[in-house]
Amino acid sequence: MDIIIASFLEDSIVPKFNYWIYVILMMIGLYAMITKNNLIKKLIGMAIFQTAIILLYVSVGVKADANIPIISHHGEKDHVEHAQNENLDSASEGSSHHGSKKEYHVIDKNKFANPLPHVLMLTAIVVGVSTLGLALAISQKVHGSFGTLEEDEILDQLRPGGHD
Amino acid sequence: MIWQFDIIILIFLVVTAVIALRVKDLLGASMVFGIYSFLICLLWAEMGAVDVAFTEAAVGAGVSTVIMIATVFSTTRRSKD
Amino acid sequence: MKFFGLLSVIIVGFLLLSATKDFPNWGDEDSPANSGPVSSFYIEKTEEKTKVPNMVTAVLADYRGYDTMFETVVIFIAGIGIIAVLRTYGNNESIPKNQVGDEGAGLLARMTCSLILPFIQLFALYVVAHGHHSPGGGFQGGVMLGASYILLALAYGLARAKSCFSEKRTLVFAALGIFIYVGWGVLCLVMGSEFLNYSALDSILPGGVEMARSHSMLAVEIGVALTVTAIMFSMFSNLSTKGRLDKGL
Repeated sequence: MDIIIASFLEDSIVPKFNYWIYVILMMIGLYAMITKNNLIKKLIGMAIFQTAIILLYVSVGVKADANIPIISHHGEKDHVEHAQNENLDSASEGSSHHGSKKEYHVIDKNKFANPLPHVLMLTAIVVGVSTLGLALAISQKVHGSFGTLEEDEILDQLRPGGHD
Repeated sequence: MIWQFDIIILIFLVVTAVIALRVKDLLGASMVFGIYSFLICLLWAEMGAVDVAFTEAAVGAGVSTVIMIATVFSTTRRSKD
Repeated sequence: MKFFGLLSVIIVGFLLLSATKDFPNWGDEDSPANSGPVSSFYIEKTEEKTKVPNMVTAVLADYRGYDTMFETVVIFIAGIGIIAVLRTYGNNESIPKNQVGDEGAGLLARMTCSLILPFIQLFALYVVAHGHHSPGGGFQGGVMLGASYILLALAYGLARAKSCFSEKRTLVFAALGIFIYVGWGVLCLVMGSEFLNYSALDSILPGGVEMARSHSMLAVEIGVALTVTAIMFSMFSNLSTKGRLDKGL
C-alpha cells in the first residue's frame, strides 16, 4: 500500500509539483498586493511574489541525481599535480591544451546542476532586497506625513474633503 | 533531490505565506516572513543551488527581516486587516 | 474591490496552471534549459579556461561581469535613495543630539556578542576570499560583514557602531567598491583589450591567462563585498532611526 502511494506520487505529482506551487505562491503574492489595505502587508506580498519567481527559475535548472555546481578535487595528489602543471603552463606562455598530460578530465555535464539559473537568481535576490529597503523607507515617510499606514484612510485624507 | 522532502517543504511554504498575510500584528507578520525565507533557503539547498541558498539565508532571513522589524518599530504595530 | 482582485487572480492562476502542462518534468536532463549549448559550455569549459572550480562564481564574475557590475550599482543607488528619502534638512523639529548613554541590550547579550563578533567577521572575510572553491563570493561575504555591524549596533547601541563605521565612512566604502570594479574594467581597456576582458591582464598578473582571470575575479569580488557591507549597514541605521541616526532600535 505504501509502495503504491509512493509510486503514484512519484510518477504523477512530483514531476510538476514545483510548478504548481510556484503558481499558487505567485497568485498569493499578487492577491496580497492588490487587495490588502496595509502598506506593510502589500510589501510582504511583493516579497512573496519575488521569491516565487526565483523558485521557478531554480527548479528549471535541477537535474536528477546531479551534484552541486562546484567541481571538487579530492585528495592531495590532485593538488600536487595542479602545482606542477601550473609551473609548466606559465613557462610555456599560457596555452591551455597539452594533449594527454592534462589534468582536466572530461566533465560529464549531467553530473552537475545547471549553474546559469543560479547566477541570474543571485542578482534577483539582491535587487529584491534593495527594492524592499527603499519601499520601507517610503512607507515610513508616508506614516510620518499621514499618521497611518492603511490605504483607505490615506485616500480619505487625500480627497478634496480632507486636509492635505 | 529527495522528493519527499521537497513536497513537505513546499506545502509548508504555502501555509507560511498565507499565515504571514493573515496575522494582524505586524511584528508577527515580519517574523513569519522570516520563517518563510528560511524555509525557501532550505528548499534551494536541497535542490542543489548552494550559492542561492547562502545568499537567501544571509539576505532574506537576515537583513530583510531586520529592516522590516525596524520599520514596524518606527511606525504602527497593529494593522486593520 | 476584493471581488475583482480575487476574480483576476483566479483567472490568471488558472491560465498559468494550464500552461504547466507543457513544462518539461522537474529534474529532466534533456529539457531545453539543461541541454542547451550555453549551459553545457559553462559546465564543461569553465575550469579549464579560468581555473575556478565554483562555476557559479566564475560565471557571475567573469562571463556575466557586466550584470554584476550594474547590480552593485543598483545596491548603491538603493542605499543612497534611502538616505535621500529619509533625511530631513532644516529645523521643522528639534533634533536631539547624539545621546551618549545609549546602552543597547542587556549585559548577557553584550557579553555574548563581544565574544562572537570577531569570528563572524573572520568567517565573512573567509567567504569572500574562498568564493572560488566553495559556495560563497562577494555578495554573501559582504552581507555577513554588514550583518556583523548590525549586530554590534543592536548589542551596544547605535552610537558605538557609528564610532566604528560612521556615515561618511559607509559612503566612502560604497563608492570605493564600485570604483574598484569599474576601475578594473578600465584597467583591461588600458592594457589594450575590451572592457572587463580579464585575459588582457596576463602581463601584469602572475601565472598564465587562466590565473589572470582567477585573480581578477577575486579583485572584483572584493569590490562588490565592500559596497554591499557599507550599504547594508547604512540601510539599517537609516531605517531604524528615520534618517536621524541618533538612537538605534
